[in-house]
Amino acid sequence: MSAPAPSVFSPTAARLAEKLGLALGQPNLDVFADTLLELARANPDILALTSDSRGSGKLAPFGQALPRQLVEVGIAEQNLVGMAAGLAACGKKPFAVSPASFLTTRALEQIKNDVCYSDVPVVLVGISAGTSYGALGSTHHSLHDLAVLRAIPNLSIVVPADNWETREAVRWAATARQPVYLRFGKAPTRHLGTAERRFEPGQATVLREGADAAFIGTGETVVHCLLAAGALAAEGRECRVISMPWVKPLDEETLVSAGRECEAVIVAEEHSVHGGLGEACASALMRAGIRVPFRIAAIPDEETVTGSQADIFRHYGLTMEGLSQAARELLEGL
Amino acid sequence: MPATLMTDRELQFKSIAYRRALLQLIFSAGAGHTGGGLSCLDILNVLYHRILRVSPETRDSPDRDRYVQSKGHSVEALYVVLADRGFFPRTDLQTVCRYQSPYVGHPTRKVPGIEMNTGALGHGLAISAGMALAAKLDGRSYRVFTLLGDGELAEGSNWEAAMAASHYRLDNLTAIIDHNTLQITGPTRDVCSNEPLDDKWRAFGWTVRETDGHDVAALTRVLGAPPEPGKPTCVIAHTIKGKGVSFMESVPRWHHGVPTAAELARAVAELDAVETRLREEAA
Ligand SMILES: [Mg+2]
Repeated sequence: MSAPAPSVFSPTAARLAEKLGLALGQPNLDVFADTLLELARANPDILALTSDSRGSGKLAPFGQALPRQLVEVGIAEQNLVGMAAGLAACGKKPFAVSPASFLTTRALEQIKNDVCYSDVPVVLVGISAGTSYGALGSTHHSLHDLAVLRAIPNLSIVVPADNWETREAVRWAATARQPVYLRFGKAPTRHLGTAERRFEPGQATVLREGADAAFIGTGETVVHCLLAAGALAAEGRECRVISMPWVKPLDEETLVSAGRECEAVIVAEEHSVHGGLGEACASALMRAGIRVPFRIAAIPDEETVTGSQADIFRHYGLTMEGLSQAARELLEGL
Repeated sequence: MPATLMTDRELQFKSIAYRRALLQLIFSAGAGHTGGGLSCLDILNVLYHRILRVSPETRDSPDRDRYVQSKGHSVEALYVVLADRGFFPRTDLQTVCRYQSPYVGHPTRKVPGIEMNTGALGHGLAISAGMALAAKLDGRSYRVFTLLGDGELAEGSNWEAAMAASHYRLDNLTAIIDHNTLQITGPTRDVCSNEPLDDKWRAFGWTVRETDGHDVAALTRVLGAPPEPGKPTCVIAHTIKGKGVSFMESVPRWHHGVPTAAELARAVAELDAVETRLREEAA
């Protein structure tokens, strides 16, 4: 494979991360694979289904340890999801693992009908999500998945930010009776602190208190929100940071509190500006009658710039530098 | 439910009664897929009386046989047979397609006896392959049957599933093709030919068996025959779209044509006449 991808953290951001105790961890994908293997050893009904994706899904050790619990269907995402639905209807607990881009577009009709409408407990696992594939380009990016999946009833959408959220999300998904979508990137992530956190379905976590701007992140953008808040603290601005792994159902209570109590709200997501967490938050804030300076930091409606995930995050302002600047602009009414 | 003890003749009477009920159902619902329903009714009749080990009492048993109707648009035929087999009261059929009814115009699991929500084409075979694989993994002896339209076979997802089913040696899986040679636009041969069908399935590693899809004795023999070990079975059932009503047979517009009161009366009169003739033969 290729050389390690360039870091998504600038040297300044990396120094601040160390200072804030946001230590570098594993890729969430690796944690997913380890957790799934641990769960599957104890529960023979748990299956990993792959579409020639056991390598990219880090599931080769799973296949070696539990060959009867790994179902390979070849490069055929529609069949991956359809078979997962049939297995789930007969009492198995399948995790259908495939790159998020292909899983959620190629097999969208199977997700909608065979899994969600039929209401069978399949866990859909979108791997190498967002812009994880970097310079491989738009064919491999999934910047649409939250938008299309949000419009499908009966699906929990969970985007873990760090290794801890990942482990908790996978454990929860293994017990869920309804369909679940999990979304993982492939770059190493940083631990979002050691404070006591509780993973509850549909609940966001306030990682940092503050009432100037509120940053709401999901998945791999959350750490950049924390870094932006750290950078702004040096300027005397105290910003709230919320990790929102549950894109659906949305924790409207935590969101609305942020909208009421903070001077500005910025939602950061590795997704299109259309239809993702940002628009979900905007809509919920409007329904609650809250008018607050608001911005969605996400990938604009264009062909994504060529580059590594780090290049893409920097280009579209999803790093510490871009997010802190967005807060300054909103707070200063620019 | 073990196979019922009905004779071929009794099943033939059932088929006539089902055709009448189907037409009345579509007439009263004001919507439905008439032609395809008539073409697959004899297959459903044989499945639910002689092949499938499932009943209202065992419909939640992990060992029941599974049936998935991939050609979901022929749901009215399935409703008629399930009602007759006691999965739900026959009077429920009056609500088909009505406001807030669980009896949607395509199969849903809200209806007792229906395994999966289908209706978008090209989904049932993959689902059934997953069910058949679950049986293998769990060491259970149930079989899985799915019914596909021939026009439906243009969906590429069928062939993904066909490959996987033979890769996993799912000899507990049977795909029945309702081969009426027509689809909504016209003859499948003209729309986008899928011929030769038998060779395609064989090339994908399946055992292929052909039968008259309206002959209950022949259907019983083919669907009841043990599979070839290690291979899934494809039953190509040669059928006539609109079967049993002369002015509907092989006429594409009856794909989802709804009969008028006069057309319904004519159709029922034809079915009554066939029934009378059959009774005379039997006597
Ligand atoms: Mg046809």
